[in-house]
Amino acid sequence: MTGPRALVAALLGPGEPELTCDACFDELDRYVDLELAGADAERAVPGMRAHLAGCPACGEDHDSLLEYARDGSQ
Amino acid sequence: MAPGSGTVPHVAGEHTASRAPADALDAESRRWLEDLGASGHAHDEAVARLHELLLRAARFEVARRRRSLAHLRGGDHDDLAQQSADDALVAILRKLGDFRGESRFTTWAYKFALYEAAVKLRRRSWQERELPLEPESWSLIAAAGASPAEHAAEHELLGALEVAIADALSAHQREVLVAITLNGVPIDVLAERLNTTRGALYKTLHDARKKLRRALAADGFDVADAGGGQA
Repeated sequence: MTGPRALVAALLGPGEPELTCDACFDELDRYVDLELAGADAERAVPGMRAHLAGCPACGEDHDSLLEYARDGSQ
Repeated sequence: MAPGSGTVPHVAGEHTASRAPADALDAESRRWLEDLGASGHAHDEAVARLHELLLRAARFEVARRRRSLAHLRGGDHDDLAQQSADDALVAILRKLGDFRGESRFTTWAYKFALYEAAVKLRRRSWQERELPLEPESWSLIAAAGASPAEHAAEHELLGALEVAIADALSAHQREVLVAITLNGVPIDVLAERLNTTRGALYKTLHDARKKLRRALAADGFDVADAGGGQA
């Protein structure tokens, strides 16, 4: 844990509408390709950013796909 | 058999054609769908190429998380990547009809390989470990390392949160919240141990967080900006 603020954020979560884990998985590839294209991914997939902030596993899965689709697959 | 790699799982007859509109696809994605939808040698060759692609992605994920897997030997890493690529290939061929063409085909495919590898790695790293679920194992103020003098406001909020966790949540909500947010238990590992799904556990976590926000607001705390979702 990195300090009081991070702990409070982890406990309380995003506090705004968010996707479920299943919907997150369904939309993750579209969201990542929009991010890589510099488009407004959150506008296209509302609630994704909040879910990625609130769900550590989905957050990890997103970071991994973003990194691999951008750099790792070259 | 994939050229130059391990065996490719046999999944003949299980694949479905994609419903992605052809004119919405980039050229590479269209080619993938045409080749995978073909029959005979063209199909087999496309499946082998796809397996190679998935294996590279799974190896990337294993390498990325290597530090959390110090107890695994090198051969275990590659076995895990192979299993992940195999499982991802089966899932992709079964779900080809769900591909809508809203991303590149390769990004959609990588998602399955990285997910399979991540789930297996999270499970492996918690294998044979007790899950820290008991309420005695947490103390928010100790976990945050917050000194009252330097973080007076946060200290007060953490004290209120500790009371709300004890009083406002059900035993199951408390167990899930503490395991995932304080003790770092991955949600898919917890779901497997509790014989439930990742989605069902996240709903429990979400409901617990809503209750905590309500309890803190009732105590006069402004927590509108406290979460991680705001940009």
